[in-house]
Amino acid sequence: MRLAEEMKKRLFDPTRLRAIFAIVVFVVLWELGSRSKDWFGYAAPWISVIPAPDAVIVVWWGLLGDAGYWQSGYLSLLRVLSGFGAALLIGVPLGLLMALSRNFYGIVFPTFEVLRPIPPLAWVPAAIIFWPTQELSIAFITFLGAFYTIVINTVDGAKSIDPRYFEAARAMGSSGWDVFRRIILPGTLPSITLGAAVGMGIVWEVVVAAEMISGGGSSMGGAGASGAGGGLGFFIWNSYTGGSYEQIVVGMLSIGIAGYLSSGGLRMLGEWITPWLRVR
Amino acid sequence: MSATPLHKKVATRGHLKIQDAHKVYDPEGAAVLAVDNCSLEIQPGEICMIVGPSGCGKTTLLNAIAGFHSLTSGTIHLDGEMLCGPGKPKAEPGADRIVVFQNGALFPWKTNLENVAFGPIMQGTMSPQEAREKARAIMADAGLSGMENNYPGEISSGVRRRVEIVRALMNDPKVLLLDEPYRALDSLTKSVMHEALLEIYYRNQVTIFFITHDLEEAIFLGHRVVIMTTRPCKPKKILTVDIPHPRDYSVLTSPRFRELMDETMEAVHEEAVKAFAAGEREG
Ligand SMILES: Nc1ncnc2c1ncn2[C@@H]1O[C@H](COP(=O)(O)OP(=O)(O)OP(=O)(O)O)[C@@H](O)[C@H]1O
Ligand SMILES: [Mg+2]
Repeated sequence: MRLAEEMKKRLFDPTRLRAIFAIVVFVVLWELGSRSKDWFGYAAPWISVIPAPDAVIVVWWGLLGDAGYWQSGYLSLLRVLSGFGAALLIGVPLGLLMALSRNFYGIVFPTFEVLRPIPPLAWVPAAIIFWPTQELSIAFITFLGAFYTIVINTVDGAKSIDPRYFEAARAMGSSGWDVFRRIILPGTLPSITLGAAVGMGIVWEVVVAAEMISGGGSSMGGAGASGAGGGLGFFIWNSYTGGSYEQIVVGMLSIGIAGYLSSGGLRMLGEWITPWLRVR
Repeated sequence: MSATPLHKKVATRGHLKIQDAHKVYDPEGAAVLAVDNCSLEIQPGEICMIVGPSGCGKTTLLNAIAGFHSLTSGTIHLDGEMLCGPGKPKAEPGADRIVVFQNGALFPWKTNLENVAFGPIMQGTMSPQEAREKARAIMADAGLSGMENNYPGEISSGVRRRVEIVRALMNDPKVLLLDEPYRALDSLTKSVMHEALLEIYYRNQVTIFFITHDLEEAIFLGHRVVIMTTRPCKPKKILTVDIPHPRDYSVLTSPRFRELMDETMEAVHEEAVKAFAAGEREG
């Protein structure tokens, strides 16, 4: 009973209703725009060349049974997760070290600052030359997409911990390791979470572009008609060269949904590991 | 907790002795003389209130006792043990002297209970489970039941300050060092805090070194009120508050309290004028 009420409240929550309403309006406008030539005899600029949502849905429906489509999504996700995971695994310890050791910071930071403004995509040719496989090149580019934000946020977070916490912990008998584990780590977590969330957004942008530029890593999997083996980026590119405009839109929306889900999942994870920031 | 009137318990530890403390900040550059020739002896279990003009060097003195900063010269003893002195300018921070900061230093990522239990776990004097049980009990004594599992960010600043004092007491310190802990509180909350602090004090009889700008607070709580000179700081006048403990808020209206207020006010005002004039001179 309580649960049903709760569900009802959540479902009919004003913000949620507003969001649903906005999406519906968006789709309706899109439909009207796409079909403007047929329906009103007037081609709305820009939008009229884009396939209408109902046509997209038909194509999408057909693709749902297509292993190649799922394979593309799976490959992109895998690249995102491995690149992002590596960025976390390397970026967080590096950031902490930079924040904690003045010497280390002095040595690493200048190089870091010179490399940081280079857009990940500018690395594509170099990455293709450096790394033995296309797959590794794409993962590397993806890694770069999240790496810098994670490092910068970790450094800033660790440096901005109130020194009184260290004094209090020291006075109460904490060892250096205790201070690290119980003050520095939790004190930096909110910034790490923030950096990771931003990084996750960049990673999806980067992976798709890298897939398109590098031919979808097609050296390792035969990129067939549907672009299987190349990831969603290549799927879109392939749809473009193959002339299936509906499929382009399907690919784009798939990336949007995948990005939304991974950011949402990350946000939930972030809230779970920083319970003290939760408003209840 | 116990049936005996606890304020009769006599403190035997927490004897703080400051001799000729002297502190110069930035000796090669601006050479700010913050503390000069300052000597002060505080008895075990005494509540010693420190007042003085802004920037006169009170916090500097507290930091030296806590071991956060060094002294340029001078000696500080706690129960006969030298904290800092010749050859050892900076005291080691330790659980025998716990600071409660003005803005609070409860760890935001730990629940109130975890905060209170923190010290003994770190020092290895209790198992985590023992520490949590003790923490629960001591929080209940301080009227903090029901907030164990809240985070500090979820409770009011007055309650936070109380949790922090309780956390300090969990370390069984000899001296509690308070640096304007109630500064940011409204006067109503403050009065509740004062009674709560006294209640905690009557149970624990710990020595309290308490910096404040609030003269009423100083006289209401303290056994003695030390009025510091303008920078460099040293005791200008030490006022013994001859109103017996335990006290409650009714003493505020007693004639003796008003007399002590006037006396303190006069001394403080004199220093404040001097500090102001010095500020004018410096530009
Ligand atoms: N780290 C520092 N370096 C240089 N000067 C300092 C430093 N800390 C404090 N001072 C100076 O020393 C003097 C005493 O400072 P302190 O903080 O001890 O004063 P206070 O009595 O606690 O003041 P308030 O009542 O405003 O808290 C001030 O003039 C201050 O500017
Ligand atoms: Mg101060």
